[in-house]
Amino acid sequence: MILSLTAERLACTRGDRKLFDGLSFRVSAGQALAVEGANGAGKTSLLRMIAGFLVPAAGRLVLKSAQTEITDAEERGKSIGWLGHHDGLKPQLTVREQLDFFARLYRDPLRPSLAQAPATGTSPASASRAGGADLISVLERVGLARQAELPCRYLSAGQRRRLALARLLVSERPLWLLDEPFAALDVAGQALIAQLMVRHCGHGGIIIAATHDPLGLGNESLKL
Amino acid sequence: MNSFATLLMRDLRLAARSGGGAALALSFFALVATLVPLGVGADLKLLARVAGGVLWVAAVLSALLSLDRLFQGDYEDGSLEVIALSPLALEAVALAKILAHWLSTGLPLTLLSPLLALLFNLDVAPSLTLFLSLLIGTPAVSAVGAIGASLTLSLKRGGLILPLIILPLLAPVVIFGAGAVALVLDGMDGIGALALLAAFSFGAVLLSPFAAAASVRLNLGG
Repeated sequence: MILSLTAERLACTRGDRKLFDGLSFRVSAGQALAVEGANGAGKTSLLRMIAGFLVPAAGRLVLKSAQTEITDAEERGKSIGWLGHHDGLKPQLTVREQLDFFARLYRDPLRPSLAQAPATGTSPASASRAGGADLISVLERVGLARQAELPCRYLSAGQRRRLALARLLVSERPLWLLDEPFAALDVAGQALIAQLMVRHCGHGGIIIAATHDPLGLGNESLKL
Repeated sequence: MNSFATLLMRDLRLAARSGGGAALALSFFALVATLVPLGVGADLKLLARVAGGVLWVAAVLSALLSLDRLFQGDYEDGSLEVIALSPLALEAVALAKILAHWLSTGLPLTLLSPLLALLFNLDVAPSLTLFLSLLIGTPAVSAVGAIGASLTLSLKRGGLILPLIILPLLAPVVIFGAGAVALVLDGMDGIGALALLAAFSFGAVLLSPFAAAASVRLNLGG
């Protein structure tokens, strides 16, 4: 169970350009943080830094769990559910195969304490562990049950985003990093992701989202 | 099924469905091997003499066809980020991809080689040596190729640079692989060359996942 994520005086440089410097914040379990800023301000870079893809030029990130403090980027990555610019889907695989792949890939028998989202017993994501029939229930939640056997190449941009959301659910990670989560989604899709975010925070998860739209979670926001 | 097997199965499935896997490599291999006897002529002695070298070079080039997509496809569509955050270490990810590449190209090429050896008038013993050398050596092609593929994964036309990076590194594989066949043709024992090939292959498969993973890490941060 993750308690909080703390950033201490983070700095990010891309090439010769300094994107941000001395950035500090803290997000506790059950909270969401919206990262706002103009295009090119470093929102995506901050998310990539938290995910461990980018190494901070200065400062550090500390992920506190009930048992331990994690500062190692690779270790931190094992708690992260990622929704990036790209949806990470293969056109050749069907919707069900794609989700099944992610569910199996993220299953980690060796690390039950950190890899599991809080309150997994009641989370819809835990259903995916049981088998194929329950993948369908996750697909139902994101409105893709009827497309289960359709290859991903036939999905619209919004439907691809919904499948990426389903991936987030089956990954069962406590810390969600969302890059423009509302992109390409219709009104119903935006309502769906809002509902999923409320639920995730309600179960003690943490959300950090780079967005131009309000998250509507009563969350704090960070201006870059 | 654990994460490693899951990734391996997905890559094999993708290779089978995208048309860039076994079928393409096999066709290319078979076509090159068919064209060479047509170009060289019907000198059976000469054909047998060049068979090892020609088939080995053809096998390496066939395997190259799909190597540039080893990491690039996943990088471009965002899958690589999701896979990098999975419980599977990037080194294991690289190994799974090397294994998937070998199973979808190296192994089918090896299995086809005895048939193509007939075109070159190879006897049973050199033909069997060629088969063994491909079986032992093609994993090294996939492994060394993975290093090149990981270095060029963020380049749009990385496929053009990839051969320049990895072909020089694969020279020992071709030398020992074709050398073993030549030794048997000369009535000698090819075991020594095959042993050296095995040593190279073993080292490549053991070490390249680390190099490839380091390079993928660099590219994800770029």
